[in-house]
Amino acid sequence: MNRRLEKHRIFDNVFKYITIFCALLILVIVLAISIELFLNSLPAIKEFGFSFLWSTDWNPVKEKFGAASSIYGTLVATFIAIIIAVPFSLVIALFLTEIAHPSIATPVGYAIELLAAIPSIIYGMWGVFILAPFMAEHIIPPLQSLFFFLPIFQGKVIGGQGIFTAGVVLAVMILPYLTSIMRDVFNMVSPQLKESAYGVGTTTWEVTRDILIPQGISGIIGGVFLSLGRAIGETMAVTFIIGNSHRFSFEIFREGNTISSTLANEFAEGADNPLFFGVLMELGLILFAITVIMQLLSHFWLKRYGVKT
Amino acid sequence: MKNTLYLIISFCLLLTACKKDKHNSSQTINGAGASFPFPVYSRWAYDYHQKTGVKINYQSVGSGAGIAQIKKKTVDFGASDKPLKQAELEKSGLIQFPTVMGGVVPVINVSGIKAGELKLDSTILANIFMGKIKFWDDQEIAKINPELSLPHQEINVVRRSDGSGTTWIFTNYLSKVSSAWKEKVGNGKAVKWPVGIGGKGNEGVAANVKKIEGAVGYVEYAYALQAKLNYIQLRNQDGNYVKPEVVSFQAAAANAKWSEAPGFYMVLTNQPGAKSWPITGATFILLYQKQSNPEVAKNILNFFNWTYTNGDEAALKLHYVPMPDSVVKLIRKKWKTIEDLKGNKIWN
Amino acid sequence: MKKRSPLTRLVIDKIIKSLSIIAAIAGILILLIIIKDIFFKGINAIGFDFFTNNMRPPGVAGGGVKNAIYGTLMITLVSTLIGVPVGMMAGVYLSEYGRNTRFGKIIRFSLNIMMGIPSIIIGIFFFSIMIIPLGHGSGYVGAFALSVIMIPIITKTTEEMLKLTPDSLRESALALGIPKWKMIISILFRSSKSGLLTGILLAVARVSGETAPLIFTARYSQYWPDDLNRETANLTMTIYNYAGQPFDSMVETAWGAALLVMGAVLLLTIISRFIVSHGN
Repeated sequence: MNRRLEKHRIFDNVFKYITIFCALLILVIVLAISIELFLNSLPAIKEFGFSFLWSTDWNPVKEKFGAASSIYGTLVATFIAIIIAVPFSLVIALFLTEIAHPSIATPVGYAIELLAAIPSIIYGMWGVFILAPFMAEHIIPPLQSLFFFLPIFQGKVIGGQGIFTAGVVLAVMILPYLTSIMRDVFNMVSPQLKESAYGVGTTTWEVTRDILIPQGISGIIGGVFLSLGRAIGETMAVTFIIGNSHRFSFEIFREGNTISSTLANEFAEGADNPLFFGVLMELGLILFAITVIMQLLSHFWLKRYGVKT
Repeated sequence: MKNTLYLIISFCLLLTACKKDKHNSSQTINGAGASFPFPVYSRWAYDYHQKTGVKINYQSVGSGAGIAQIKKKTVDFGASDKPLKQAELEKSGLIQFPTVMGGVVPVINVSGIKAGELKLDSTILANIFMGKIKFWDDQEIAKINPELSLPHQEINVVRRSDGSGTTWIFTNYLSKVSSAWKEKVGNGKAVKWPVGIGGKGNEGVAANVKKIEGAVGYVEYAYALQAKLNYIQLRNQDGNYVKPEVVSFQAAAANAKWSEAPGFYMVLTNQPGAKSWPITGATFILLYQKQSNPEVAKNILNFFNWTYTNGDEAALKLHYVPMPDSVVKLIRKKWKTIEDLKGNKIWN
Repeated sequence: MKKRSPLTRLVIDKIIKSLSIIAAIAGILILLIIIKDIFFKGINAIGFDFFTNNMRPPGVAGGGVKNAIYGTLMITLVSTLIGVPVGMMAGVYLSEYGRNTRFGKIIRFSLNIMMGIPSIIIGIFFFSIMIIPLGHGSGYVGAFALSVIMIPIITKTTEEMLKLTPDSLRESALALGIPKWKMIISILFRSSKSGLLTGILLAVARVSGETAPLIFTARYSQYWPDDLNRETANLTMTIYNYAGQPFDSMVETAWGAALLVMGAVLLLTIISRFIVSHGN
């Protein structure tokens, strides 16, 4: 009897340590990635210092590099994605929670969520072969003539490839995440608040505007940061359509690059040049840092609201 | 539920069982580099595999990546259109040899203009890529193309986004013929392009030129033909407008003195000759002189030896120019200097 | 509060409601458009040759993606064999041993960070620490990179599913003298079976469509993957390499592979949804 208990105790301990080991592995991997990125970036950090962040140079011949065009492209494409996706996901979430009958809301919700399942390289293919020509022909010219006074809308568009089109593809990619979170947020608002509002004759929109959104604002902000994090790190969808140019310009319809597209295109060449390798690793480090900040911000806001990610 | 689990597990085991039938790791050779010769290398590799079972796997990642990867030793051989100078070869312990030659061809997508119709000269070409000439009906272009009706269409430049030997050959030519280009941009695998969007690999540029109206780019000739792109006629040093084709590439290469080129460093741009195509180049393989794995080295040399003797037809069909026999003799002589770590020769 | 007439309020409400319906339809429409576009571009490539032949160079007819399909399956399998046990055990730790411990908090924090790491960063990490020393590409290293993407998904799902099981289940099992490890595996796992399986299927679906982690690790190969320790053919890298080619046959193959990958991933996602709703 004692031997059996002893065996169980040993197994229990072994099992426990296995779980601890696996949990520890997570911490180890995250630390390893951060350290590796940092160590490899040192040659570039030493060479360029802080000016790397705002330098618009990218001259492989003269070995002068700067992250400005990559950071700009990354942030602007993501910003465009958020501006397009947030209103859409808001009204879709509204549809799913307040307007539609559950028998309709469920399948529609499933369908929207399927957008998240499509692999990013598929988005990339669709973006460069179908969306970019469409944008070049039907969307960008009218936008450019309508807003002719805006300097950031100017500039020659080549084949629809550029920061704006990348932003549009990213918007479609983050739509399911935003919608799902907004839906959870709306569902978590106390039913009593909603019922009492409807009871005194408030319209659906007014309930949304005055109750759902203010009540759920932390959750909404958290969701926005989460989607920002996803969009910022996206590579395959963006690489095909961003135009791959390090030429820095504020015009959003023009070609540009993001940190991830630069890594995809140029990383293979850095292997034997410590400075170039360091520059690319430093870009990776910056991207990593930005996504960590986004994750933390989103977690903070979502937790405040009580939504499970 | 249990049954499905058993089914999944047995399926997985079946897959792993399939994996174990032939452990031929010693026979898969991996090379990476220039996209310029990708069509002919993959064709040669396929035919060679059919014949001998040896697998040569080539990754078209650009000359820049090819040079970096072989220097970092993450591939068995590298490939580059930009030849390394003897000093650099010696410093890295590499040897280099050419496999084929071909032409870099400016290609256009201009409404109403067919392949081989548009004439350009070196000054105009440089100015287009510097963004100084912005429309297809510009005076300079119209002057030398009086018989064509040029549309008032914006010129959309397409160039490479990755480090490329094709770019190196192209900018080498532009640096030779335009002092403005040489000063402002220079000659390199990757340069600070004044204008244009980037395509990845020869294939990326070709695809973009095909899609975008008013586009102009530069690609290896095989890509231009396969993608059915419109090439131009270019004025050569002798003052003649020539079309890109095997005979004009051969003319450019005809006077090259390979025997006097240390490490086979030879740049074929802007060569004299009435029929010469101005933007011709060879493409090179990079290997370590001291091989840690003699079997891999032997397989690589056997493969290229086979391509020199049996691959001419496939190369010509794809519009590449095979190396002349005299150069192949020199190449084989160079191979004799490759040894393993103990100092034994690998090729005899 | 602005004073608006009841009519205005009603009209605004109706407009917003219509916009909502239009937006929802637009959302579904975009999904259908993408699926339709990929389908029509890719269907020409799908044929007997597509599944039974290996890749052939431009100019040689009859090329297929048999080797790439097998390569993707093998790489995904290896990453699953690593990611699932590690993820589940980590999830078990967080739920059963580390619910309120400081260590548990640190791990959860790291987990959130890990979830957000862009897949290309994971790819360049593994290139730097494994491919450079190895001196060649490797399907295994690609699988490691993919497992790093899988682990946080599975850990989170496992933790959540286990947390949902009532404590009464745990207490009664322990009261009966069942050792803790057996309680976890035989009872807790069984009761959250469908949720756990869903998590696994979703993670598998996610990594089988990934490209960025493989660009510098498993790379690309045109041959049959008989050695995972070298460059390994796979569907996503085939798409990446072939999509931009000027050779029509290669572009067609890329679309066919894209259709195959998209179809497989969507199917897995829908199946996992089915499991949840019909709980086994």
